[in-house]
Amino acid sequence: MTASEQPDNLKYAETHEWVRVEGDEATIGISDFAQDELGDVVYLDLPWDEAGTREIRTGEHFGDIESVKATSELFAPIGGTILRANKALRDSAELVNSDPYGQGWMLVIKMSNPADLDKLMDAVAYTRFLDTASH
Amino acid sequence: MAENDAPATTLKRTPLYEAHKALGARLVEFGGWEMPVQYSGILEEHRAVRERAGLFDVSHMGEFRVEGAGALAFLQSLVPNDVSRLVDNQALYSQICRPDGGTLDDLLIYRRGEGRYMVVVNAGTMPKDWRWFSQHAAGHDDLTLANISDETALLALQGPLATHILQPLTDTPLSEIAYYHFRPGVVAGIECLISRTGYTGEDGFELYCAPASAVTLWNMLLEAGKSSGLLPAGLGARDTLRLEAGYCLYDHELTEEITPLEAGLGWSVKLNKDADFIGKQALVEEKANGLRRKLVGIELRERGVPRAGYAISKDGEHIGAVTSGTMCPTLGRAAAMGYVPPASAQIGTEISVDIRGKLMPAVIVPLPFYKRAK
Repeated sequence: MTASEQPDNLKYAETHEWVRVEGDEATIGISDFAQDELGDVVYLDLPWDEAGTREIRTGEHFGDIESVKATSELFAPIGGTILRANKALRDSAELVNSDPYGQGWMLVIKMSNPADLDKLMDAVAYTRFLDTASH
Repeated sequence: MAENDAPATTLKRTPLYEAHKALGARLVEFGGWEMPVQYSGILEEHRAVRERAGLFDVSHMGEFRVEGAGALAFLQSLVPNDVSRLVDNQALYSQICRPDGGTLDDLLIYRRGEGRYMVVVNAGTMPKDWRWFSQHAAGHDDLTLANISDETALLALQGPLATHILQPLTDTPLSEIAYYHFRPGVVAGIECLISRTGYTGEDGFELYCAPASAVTLWNMLLEAGKSSGLLPAGLGARDTLRLEAGYCLYDHELTEEITPLEAGLGWSVKLNKDADFIGKQALVEEKANGLRRKLVGIELRERGVPRAGYAISKDGEHIGAVTSGTMCPTLGRAAAMGYVPPASAQIGTEISVDIRGKLMPAVIVPLPFYKRAK
């Protein structure tokens, strides 16, 4: 199995979500390791129509990702107001597999407490985390 | 994302373990074995089987030899199907039941010759089944049982191109082997039982061979099938394929609490056969009094995947549960099987499935979801 990728400019949660910070906005998705573990993604259940209204807390269960074999929960690596959900994933869930850090992005939120980013891992720490977690 | 914990106990491995790893398989625990769930991906492997062919390692299944003048009577007493109908080189599908009709396992019985049978059982239930067979052999004369699971490897070559791929490797004329029949033969120089059986809903063969030959046979088949687009396929695709085809999986559609009649397997239950069998009285009564539950096909009316264990309700009342569900690649949508009371089992009945707290509208549809073109 090929080694997974962890881009340097992102922060990572132990539950395998990543965050890209731009000002006070954070884009969220799941890592290459996570999409590989899941296998073929078939559906996503995200807060599609709650932009501007829904507040999510750091660590909150914000959606579900369905692969052929199983459903997994998605947890917010950072909390805030949902600005946008990636509606392309409604019809093309496989983008999570093919481009987890690009077209597979899930949510953009306006961070309510950027200090929570400090609890996340950088790419080096996440890579180490993956190495120790695997057999 | 939530993650599953790795298994703590030592798992059994088939002779093909290293071959699976070399192919980049993702290995998971299944029935006490470390088995490939996928190689290139479940969707791709599923499509390969439907459109071309896939090769499965199912060596984890259990096999028993049942022989002697008393073998037929013994098997007849254990299973609801009529084993006396078998001719040489023919197989049948049946179950073993508890006295209350609950299913202990489902299985295939192969008749190699008079007084010579092979029984093939599920991997996880093999120890339980062996104890059951052994205990019940006690009252029977002229009977020898042998657990040959460790001496038997099994590969399944399934798909419309299976015959095309296999024929060049054997002198046995495959067109002479009808569905649910088999022959001893030689494939790529390896002695096998060549059985036209399978669990995918496609044409195909299951090849029983010695464990020492399994790796060679596996590699020869993959090589022979390359130009036809044959792919190794894992348990993930095996599950999506069998679900589309409406086949039961033990521990899901069949359990010790569920009778074969409830699972829609009445066609394999011969209550009028010339032999008593364990569970017969209970099944006779259930047939006369009405089934407690019926296995049905389920489709959601909205996006989502019904999974095993999800509750089914109707008019606000909890009436049953999903037993298996997945995204079905050939259907292009999710489908599931589950149990509901017979009164709610008609095609077209509107129900709800509880998907992680949300009640999703669904409808009862016919089984199977997929039938191959003849």
